[in-house]
Amino acid sequence: MNDFVEFFSFSDTNIRYVTLGSVLLASSSAVVGCFTLLRKRALVGDAVAHAVLPGVCLAFILSGTKNPFILLLGAFVTGWLSLVAIDFITARSRIKEDTAIGLVLSVFFGVGILLLTAIQHSGNAAQSGLDKFLFGKAASLVGEDLIAFAIVAVLLLVTTIIFYKELTLLCFDQAYAKTIGFPVRLLELLLTTLTVFAVVVGIQAVGVVLMAAMLITPAAAARFWTDKLSLMLVLAALIGAFSGVAGAFVSYTAPAMPTGPWIVLIVSMIAILSFAFAPKKGWVSRLLRQRRNKTQILEENLLKLMYQLGEQKPNYDAPRQLHELLERRAIPQKEAKAGLKRLQNQGYVEKLPSGWKLSSQGQRRGERVVRLHRLWELYLTQYLHLASDHVHEDAETIEHIITPELEQKLIEELDFPVMDPHSARIP
Amino acid sequence: MILQVDNPVVEVHDLTVSYDRKPVLWGIDLTLPAGALVGVIGPNGAGKSTMIKAMMDLLPVGSGYVRIFDKPIDEVRNRISYVPQRESVDWDFPASVFDVVLMGSYGKLGLFKRPRKADKDAAMEALNKVGMQAFADRQISQLSGGQQQRVFLARALAQDADIYFMDEPFAGVDIATETAIIELLRTMREQGKTVIVVHHDLQSANEYFDWVVLLNMRLVASGPTEHILTQELLEQTYGGKLTVLTKVGELLRKQEFPSREAK
Amino acid sequence: MAMVGDAISHAVLPGIVIAFLLTGSRDSVPMLIGAGLLGVLTTFLIEFFHRYARVQADASIGVTFTWLFAIGIILISVFAGQVDLDQDCVLYGEIAYVPLDLWITEGGLSLGPGTVWTLAFVTILILLFITFGYKELFLTAFDPGFAAAIGISTTAWYYSLMTAVSLTTVASFESVGAILVVALLVAPPATAYLLTDKFKNMLLLSVLAGIIASVAGYYLAVWIDGSIAGAIATVTGIEFTLAFLFSPSRGILLKRKQLQPVQH
Repeated sequence: MNDFVEFFSFSDTNIRYVTLGSVLLASSSAVVGCFTLLRKRALVGDAVAHAVLPGVCLAFILSGTKNPFILLLGAFVTGWLSLVAIDFITARSRIKEDTAIGLVLSVFFGVGILLLTAIQHSGNAAQSGLDKFLFGKAASLVGEDLIAFAIVAVLLLVTTIIFYKELTLLCFDQAYAKTIGFPVRLLELLLTTLTVFAVVVGIQAVGVVLMAAMLITPAAAARFWTDKLSLMLVLAALIGAFSGVAGAFVSYTAPAMPTGPWIVLIVSMIAILSFAFAPKKGWVSRLLRQRRNKTQILEENLLKLMYQLGEQKPNYDAPRQLHELLERRAIPQKEAKAGLKRLQNQGYVEKLPSGWKLSSQGQRRGERVVRLHRLWELYLTQYLHLASDHVHEDAETIEHIITPELEQKLIEELDFPVMDPHSARIP
Repeated sequence: MILQVDNPVVEVHDLTVSYDRKPVLWGIDLTLPAGALVGVIGPNGAGKSTMIKAMMDLLPVGSGYVRIFDKPIDEVRNRISYVPQRESVDWDFPASVFDVVLMGSYGKLGLFKRPRKADKDAAMEALNKVGMQAFADRQISQLSGGQQQRVFLARALAQDADIYFMDEPFAGVDIATETAIIELLRTMREQGKTVIVVHHDLQSANEYFDWVVLLNMRLVASGPTEHILTQELLEQTYGGKLTVLTKVGELLRKQEFPSREAK
Repeated sequence: MAMVGDAISHAVLPGIVIAFLLTGSRDSVPMLIGAGLLGVLTTFLIEFFHRYARVQADASIGVTFTWLFAIGIILISVFAGQVDLDQDCVLYGEIAYVPLDLWITEGGLSLGPGTVWTLAFVTILILLFITFGYKELFLTAFDPGFAAAIGISTTAWYYSLMTAVSLTTVASFESVGAILVVALLVAPPATAYLLTDKFKNMLLLSVLAGIIASVAGYYLAVWIDGSIAGAIATVTGIEFTLAFLFSPSRGILLKRKQLQPVQH
């Protein structure tokens, strides 16, 4: 708890730096990641992340310093080169894109490792710390690095905002963008450049290997919460920023812990929880909706049964025993009872000592289900030429889903019918 | 008009197939006679390929069942052959024409067994039948569209099945290939094989097939060609969309509804 | 599918670490099992996220492997005292130390480096797999629809292949590290693919390319005093570039006139 207060009071300059750094890095890459994700090129970021390593090493070998701007420049050059290589290989040979990505990724990285180890073995005292690029060093960001990364991060965010409209169209419909005269090639170049920049800065936080997560994961998580791009960008940035802070906090309380993997672990957990629990799109909410559908089907079936029993006499107000219903249709007794209870609470049926009775609302709803069932059966026989003994099962489902507008349309198309294919009256 | 036959080779009962819960085929009831050359015809997006794939149990079906030779499909797999759409595979794949045709024998060979001399002879003979014997060692990436289609056909022939499902074998092939293929299909029919062909060209359908199935999200008609290819039935097939049907399908998808109530 | 291989090669890390923690030794068999399980789990998770949660395919790969890899690294840090693995080893292996890790039997007989035995074992396993499954692997890779129609299970063969990838990965892990395994998985076949149109030749050529890369990589590493694994990956890249530029039939510089399809 003490740690918590101490950390979030941000009284320590170091904490301020680290937190600010992590937040900027994580959120800027998340925003750019949204666009690469929507262009279905999420894994390209992974390739760029790996390809940055040889650039950093080369820059160090050539300049002999660890000046962040020079290292970033080197990283930028090879990162960019890797994207060009992927596009070129895909366009000019029969190698498919994913193979090209895997190839460029591993070969560039191999070159990087070769150079890095060569530098380490050379005994150059200034080299220590270069390997931090592999796993990130969010926890040891110093003022000088921070300024450099902050500038780039802010630049990224601003560029994205300025070119928001153009980038959106590029991701959504490239061909259309071209026909209305957008400079598609230039925009692609812009997005490529932004990706490389995002990777180059993000690597400072999480390192080469896990950088892909900073681009892909927040965007994939955000995608589950909204269908609006602007909101998705904001959400992705927030998710990224939160993971950044959380990662910094973990490495503050347990200094032996690597910050990068923790940031990635946290952002991944958010993403997986989103996949599962996001409203509407999440896996669980879809399962819940399917369950709700099931209860709705059960309840409407009960109302329908009671209505059909009433039709025979006709006497819709007579109380019915449970077994009368179950004789007409095999519903597990427990489920049927629970369903009737719920219908009673909702005011569709009333419980009398002599059995269950439809309320007037219940009668109306039961009637509607029966009507839809018979309408759909009629529709299937008339328009789909299905045999009348085959239409019942299909109608069993469709009767629960037809909206009032569709009902109206159905009645019109069938020209206000009176009888269903089994010569039962359509109520 | 939907004509059902006795002792069918293929029996489709109340088949509903959905993609992502949205039904693309509704309640198909279909029987096909043995030894017929059957054309499956309908507009784009009518579910023609979907239907033959569902017949071979390559897609999950929402309801209904399919029986072939009066048996569940898995019991008669070695009597079935399939010619997929040409575009469904990567023709840059490093394989020779002969390699592909030899695949026809894989199903019968079973696990771990290698093709024997007899299988190789059968493959060569099949290549002969489609007039491609000279190309046996050619790489498939060097073939023209028509030649690719012939190779696929040869593979099916090498399998020596009793029923053949073909997905658009005439799409994008030259006239010579088209004639050669139809000749071959006729010979197969003479030998008592049943051939089911997804086809999109109404003009040639009349001449090619002796049984026609008209399809557009539902079965419109099925029967001998001369009774089926009528103005009225074609209008029903190609005429306007069934808006209510489409809308209900959309609703099923959006609401995550099952296409049939749980059993 | 190349990126699924990439994902597996990263994601087996927690399997290796957990196997290590459970057995407390760097014994190869538990590690192979741990990594094999994780490899299959990765493939399954990617499918699961994609199909049931409807995450777009490439994002599903990206999320899965980074997540598992991060867990692996964190496990290593948490149990830093007990695990004889470090982050660098994970990334680029330590093939140079292989000869030092001798397998000594209880009788005191030295059988040479243990890693070599593991690698030999896995190599034989993979060769057997390819020999016996050749026909099915070939067919399911080329035309899954036809394979399914004639009753060959595409799913079963897909998961078998991915298990083979996991085994290869983990066997090479100690020697060349996670990412460079990918270089060896992807680059030699891609090189061979540009050089030949025959599947069998492609298999042979990619083996050849792999061997050349290993030998040349070793000398390159000695020459500039760097990581052997890095050097091997570099050479595979050079091989690919040469094939890409100069392949007699497919190279972009020497491309002969394509054989024209003969019209009928």
